This record gives sequence, C-alpha cells and structure tokens, in this order.
Amino acid sequence: MAKQIYYEDVEVGTEVTPLAKIATTRMLVQWAGASGDFNPLHYDEDFAKAMGVGAPIVHGALKRAWLGHLMTDWIGEQGKLKKLSCQYRGMDYPRKMKTMDEPRDGETWWCKGKVTKKYEEGGEHLVECEIWVENGKGEKTTPGSALGALPTRSAK
Amino acid sequence: MANGSLITDELRKLIGVTLETIVFKVEEGAIQRYAQAIGDPNPLFNDPDFARKTKYGRLFAPPGFTGWPVKAGRLSERLLGSLAKAGAPSRLLDGGIEFEFIEPIGADDVLTATTKIANMTERETRLGKTMFTTLETTFVNQKGEVALKSRSTFILF
Repeated sequence: MAKQIYYEDVEVGTEVTPLAKIATTRMLVQWAGASGDFNPLHYDEDFAKAMGVGAPIVHGALKRAWLGHLMTDWIGEQGKLKKLSCQYRGMDYPRKMKTMDEPRDGETWWCKGKVTKKYEEGGEHLVECEIWVENGKGEKTTPGSALGALPTRSAK
Repeated sequence: MANGSLITDELRKLIGVTLETIVFKVEEGAIQRYAQAIGDPNPLFNDPDFARKTKYGRLFAPPGFTGWPVKAGRLSERLLGSLAKAGAPSRLLDGGIEFEFIEPIGADDVLTATTKIANMTERETRLGKTMFTTLETTFVNQKGEVALKSRSTFILF
C-alpha cells in the first residue's frame, strides 16, 4: 500500500493516484467465480450477441470493484470510504488470452479521479471525488463519485 | 398511461414492495478470492494476520463485498421472474450502483439483507424501449447495526 495521505495534503483538483487495469477473458472468469455472477453475457459469444452487445462484456460490478480499489488504495488504511457510486455507461470488451496467463496486446483501462470538494462535518474530514474508469481510447465508460474521510496530521 | 408503456399496472404495484430478505455469512476465503479477482493485493483484504492487528480486527471486505455469492441487491433469476410475470422485458443489463458504507464489513460477519423495489422509470434508448428498475438494499450485521445501504439500477429491454 502507498503511504498514508492526510486531509491537509488534499485540495480541490488534487488527482486520485491512477490505477491501471487490464480486463481479460481469464479475469472475467475469475470474477464470475469470486462474485457468483454467472450471467453468460460475460463469457458466451452467442448469448452476448443475442443480448445485443456484440460480444461478451466486462461485468459492470468488476469495474465498480476496480473503482473501490482505486479509492481504498488512495485513502489508505486510516481513511474510511463512506460512499461509492458509478454508472455503467459504456460497454468494455476484455482482451483475449495469448497464453494461459498472458493477455494479447490491446487496451489498458485506467481508474482515475480528482477531488471536487473538501469539508469537515460531524468531526470528520471529508473529501468528495469524481471518479471513473476510462478505456484505451480515453472514454469514460464508468463514471462515478466517492466520499471518503481522511485522517488529519493535527488530530483534534 | 400512454399506449405501449413498459410499466404495466402489475409492475407499478411492485414499487415499494420488499422483495426478499436473505441472511448470509461473510467468509474469510470468499473475501480473499474476491480481492484476488479484482487484482487488489491490499493486505487488509488478503492477509488475516495483518488485518487482525488493524482497527478492523479481522479480514476486511473490499467495498461492496457482502459475502459469496454477491446476490443481495442483485436482480436474481427469481426476482427477474416475478418482474417478467408482471410484464417486464426479459433482457437485462446492469446500470450502476450507489453504496453507503456505514459500519465495516469483515470476515465472519452475518448480514441480513432486505431488498425492495424503490423505483421504475422508462425511456427510449439505443436499446429501444427501456425500463430502469432501482433496487434498494439494507444490510444489517449480527449486532443489529445497519452496515451498508445500496441502490442498484437495472436496465430491462
């Protein structure tokens, strides 16, 4: 984990430390098993076509979990994630596998964010962030927001 | 209602109705497998010995993980079935989710999740005539505390 960030370190506009992710067909299988979401939309070509999305797509909930990873990494062990939301706006298609554990070349997704507000409330030091997952073309396929409480250097 | 509305009177009656209450345990191994599937090496979610020494005192669950399978607040086949019976379209996409984290959720917690239909709307999208259904789920832990609230939106077309 990165070193702890404090409320004093953050201003409106501060960037949330970006996190790179590569969705692969293998990762989607692993996610299906770990989440228990066995919707064939995410692994069956014909079913995905019949559903009108062309080919198996990345689970929205996996992209949401990536955004959770982005935020828990950034706020650190002493931070507390209070809210997280996102919308699955654009379809993402996983890279296929070249070997058992190596993906083919293709796009890399980035989880990103920036601080939109900082304030104190109920004794907590809060930061609101705009967050998103962007695809290899830089399109925000999964926009959202998060609210976190950060520790302070001068604990009250 | 205008002709051809997707939201039938039968469906409208389901708004505000509690659809299901389920009880489940958050298992340590399930937390680890979930963290691994995300690709999150955070020791809070992976290393029980490390996590026990933190303020959480046990393996902590990544945000949104509430035990395997993650079904509370999902549109299960059973729920989808009751919507279909009331006339809803059968093709389904996940639209998004909002979480409010109130109390920490970690290994060995027992959660009771209650889900209701909060809202139904419809509009024309590139998928055609499309219905948006919002489910609200409240997760109460073994101490009787509300630990988590979620609002998830499903797209039916």
